[in-house]
Amino acid sequence: MPEQTLAEAWGLVPAVLGIVAVGLVLGVVVAVVDRIVVFGASGAAVEPIRSSARLLVEQRRTTLAPDRLLWRTGCVAVPTLALLSLAVVPVAGRTLWSTGADLVWFNAMEALLWAAVWLVGWGPNAVHALTGGYRFLGQGLAYELPLMFALITAGLAAGSLRTTDVLAAQERLWFVVTMPVAFVVFVASAAAFAFWGPFAAPAAADIAGGVTSELSGVDRLLVEAGRTVFLGASAAMAAALFLGGESGPWLPGPLWHLLKTLAVVAALVWVGRRMPVLRPDRTVEVGWMVLVPLTLLQALVVAVLVLNGFYA
Amino acid sequence: MLSDLSGWAIAVVAVLGALSVAAGVAVFVVDSMARATFALLASFLAVAGVLLVLDLVYLAVVTALMMTMEMAIMAVFMIMFMMNPAGLMPMTMVHNAKGSAVVGAGAFVVLTVGIWTIDWPTRNPERPADSTRQLGEAIMGSHMLVMLVIGIALFATILAGTVLATARGRYDRFGAGLTAKRPDDPVPGGLRR
Repeated sequence: MPEQTLAEAWGLVPAVLGIVAVGLVLGVVVAVVDRIVVFGASGAAVEPIRSSARLLVEQRRTTLAPDRLLWRTGCVAVPTLALLSLAVVPVAGRTLWSTGADLVWFNAMEALLWAAVWLVGWGPNAVHALTGGYRFLGQGLAYELPLMFALITAGLAAGSLRTTDVLAAQERLWFVVTMPVAFVVFVASAAAFAFWGPFAAPAAADIAGGVTSELSGVDRLLVEAGRTVFLGASAAMAAALFLGGESGPWLPGPLWHLLKTLAVVAALVWVGRRMPVLRPDRTVEVGWMVLVPLTLLQALVVAVLVLNGFYA
Repeated sequence: MLSDLSGWAIAVVAVLGALSVAAGVAVFVVDSMARATFALLASFLAVAGVLLVLDLVYLAVVTALMMTMEMAIMAVFMIMFMMNPAGLMPMTMVHNAKGSAVVGAGAFVVLTVGIWTIDWPTRNPERPADSTRQLGEAIMGSHMLVMLVIGIALFATILAGTVLATARGRYDRFGAGLTAKRPDDPVPGGLRR
């Protein structure tokens, strides 16, 4: 039964529309929680909607001699990739698309975000935006390898790269218990891919907003929506890969997954908003000297457990 | 192999193939480093799309993943080495035009002759249930030696590239006797060493 994909169960078009709707709702949820943590609860529920509507009608400004083709491509790619990464995140126990390489698909969409965000920085032909784009890549060099090892660790324990198989392997024990390092690295990398919280240096105030500095109107809406949707999608993926997804007593499965996703979002925003922005030139050494060995060790521990039949 | 595919799939493969060649041509036609980089990426993504249509999902996704990261890292090298790091001034993407045309034509002839003359193995009648698993078993089993050799060669390439790229070695960082407690770096790393 869980082998069936969402597209087969609902039909292709309704399933795609459903996933897009889920993505947008997750994005709004992230924006609302963020607003509550920063400014308090008053008006938080309508604020993302209101500012989106304002950006939609805002006139777009431009810069001198921008590379318009690449700029627009980058702006459209950011939310598109965020939604595409949702294709392998289980919704109601099924993924939109199920292949033997779901985890790699998710990681590939993240890697394409590198290209997209760099393009957003490159396009306007402006120094702050370009600096932000290069900061994003510089940070990426620090967290990409630990993130890959974290994803592979979950796949290793499940014996499959298919998300639904990873879900099924956690019926007895959530993966977060045996792979806490992988869980933390996965969530932190999600924040870094959305250049959000402590990883917001690519869009920091010291470079006047960085990659987002020259964005206005629809372009800004697309990029900001892409960031929040990606954070929401990653929270849902983290809940599925490490927190058992739908497993839980009394309540129906999808509700459990939703609650766990909300918990991850809340924790991510609450912790992320309380940390200072990391300097991008200080992240690579930490990534390679601390996180790579730690995640490799984590994978080794899990591999030994797999050989001992711990997850069987 | 093509006979297993539906008409739609063959059409999509043809379109993606044409797209990848067109994007490949665009690499040499455009006059900006960024556009050349992303034309190349578009070409690779079209190839990944072909693999996807052929139901080789893992290979398709890994192609997209690796090529995207390669292009991103190329952008990092662009700022490290170019006189014009932003690359905003129009510049030609062609160097040594005659020599590269000869090399390109030679490679095309060798590959085409190879493709049409090699006695390709015929596939078993039934398709594998999970091509990812089959690929993993091949890499970790019958093809392990060749994959290990490739892995070591790639690793050596990475090290050589880094050695060539960096102007500073450990003697610059830790002194002539390698005795300094803390490295003398222009940009301090994230760890307090």
